[in-house]
Amino acid sequence: MARVWLFGPDINTDQIVPGRYAPYMLKDESELRRYPFIEHRPDFAPNVRPGDIIVAGKNFGCGSSREYAPLALRMVGVGAIIAPLFARIFFRNALNLGIPCFTADLTSELADGDEVELDLEQGRITTSDGRVIHLPPPPLFLREVWAAGGIVPFYRQYGRFPGEVA
Amino acid sequence: MPTMSEQILSRVAGRPVRAGDVVTANVDLVMVHDSLAPGIIRILHQELGAERVWDPQRVAVVIDHVAPAASVQTAEKQQEVRRWVRTQGIPNLFDVGRGISHPVLVEEGLAQPGMLILGSDSHSTAYGCVGAFGSGMGSTDIALALATGKTWLRVPETIVVRARGTFGFGVGPKDLALRAARLLRADGATYAAIEWHGVEQLSVMERMTLATLSIEMGAKAGIISPAGLDLTGPLVPTVDADAQYQTVVEIDLGQLEPQVSAPHYVDNVADLSDLGRVAVDVVYLGTCTNGHYEDMAVAAQILAGRRLAPGVRMIVVPASAQALQRAASDGTLATLLAAGATIGTPGCGACIGRHMGVLAPGEVCLFTGNRNFRGRMGSPEAQIYLASPAVAAATALTGYLTDPRTVMDGQPVVSQ
Repeated sequence: MARVWLFGPDINTDQIVPGRYAPYMLKDESELRRYPFIEHRPDFAPNVRPGDIIVAGKNFGCGSSREYAPLALRMVGVGAIIAPLFARIFFRNALNLGIPCFTADLTSELADGDEVELDLEQGRITTSDGRVIHLPPPPLFLREVWAAGGIVPFYRQYGRFPGEVA
Repeated sequence: MPTMSEQILSRVAGRPVRAGDVVTANVDLVMVHDSLAPGIIRILHQELGAERVWDPQRVAVVIDHVAPAASVQTAEKQQEVRRWVRTQGIPNLFDVGRGISHPVLVEEGLAQPGMLILGSDSHSTAYGCVGAFGSGMGSTDIALALATGKTWLRVPETIVVRARGTFGFGVGPKDLALRAARLLRADGATYAAIEWHGVEQLSVMERMTLATLSIEMGAKAGIISPAGLDLTGPLVPTVDADAQYQTVVEIDLGQLEPQVSAPHYVDNVADLSDLGRVAVDVVYLGTCTNGHYEDMAVAAQILAGRRLAPGVRMIVVPASAQALQRAASDGTLATLLAAGATIGTPGCGACIGRHMGVLAPGEVCLFTGNRNFRGRMGSPEAQIYLASPAVAAATALTGYLTDPRTVMDGQPVVSQ
């Protein structure tokens, strides 16, 4: 089972990892795993488990281009992020790092702390009381990057960019 | 006829493209800054297995985010970046004190009309001030561009912000940009490009105020046509009467009041007159949005012959060495210093909350920058208000949020 971590709208990358906690500022960059939502939601990093799901309001990840924001989420094993709208740079960064992002508004269907099962292949969430929520399928060029595990393995495997005719 | 984004992206894709197309494009210039360079270098060599950047002439490296270094760690990482630049034979390194990447690449003539420019900084939409398609990307995308000279993107739809008339007394480009953010909101231009129309009267750096704030509405690029400016480049994008736009937002400059973005979201914008009495501890003038020569000149005009209010600190961090030199040579700098302001090394300053004036809990800062997110400039318990350089200077004189029109002597405040 995965735990749902619920966030509001317009979560910016300074809230995910403040610039003061960037790898640039750290002696040991692996410390980054301690910092997702360090100030915005200090209970997140100590309690998040691999596979847990972030469910957020619109414009998730707005603000700076810092890839260490989604990288910190990957380091703690976030299994998917679901929001009605993602900020553009964050979405690319998450895609590049292989973190599945689904565009859907589940903020009123799921509550913080809910235990659910996420089937990435089928794009389906099953709640502990048996409700089934279908996630909209992402376009092919996004699915093929996830399938490869991110943009670097994708590029190394295919020698081309997503969406480009092979 | 196409939008300016379609004109530029058709050029770099090598075929006519339209909004919605997913294209692979040749990149004209890649900017990398100190904050993310070590990670980008690691991805380039270790993950992508590339030994060299695709074209050292088309790479610019700028040390601006923590400049000068604030700790042994940042000093060591800058040392590593300088070594890498030498090893790669990259001619364009702009080191500590040269300024913020965005104005520097414009001043150096590296950012040109019609180019596709990628930067490791989200405010790389800045290059729209010369009619380039500038866009910020994360470290992996930047490393891929360094390795291949290419990127992929979806050609954006275009939202037009159309300014009409001329700025009134005490009102300028920052007020226009904040007004646009108030109308479009923080996600209103997500996945789209913004074209700013009706701003031909603005200087290149005043245009950068509009271009940098475009990302705060979610935009992929924020472009102003350079037609009429003395700039050359691979293509001069022009506004086409028949281009297809997603939305057109009209703003009457003559009716525009000084705008202020209140904590903790950039689109939390109100007329200054509606905010009541807000006491301020620090006035911070700087950044790629409003640390330009024009911005220091506006502030100096208001502060000339006067002193900061007791208990107020005013920190000025010029956006570039050129801006600082110009301010030093014409008396602008002397005016600011005489009023009681102090000057920092040209660069990003405290915009990312790392050095050069970070805020303590409970402090209130009037900032000419582009983000007022909680914790952005230091303590998450500090409050950041975003406004124009004119509002900043007027506020420094009184110690509370002040309409510049109440402290000015009748001279137009916007430089032309």
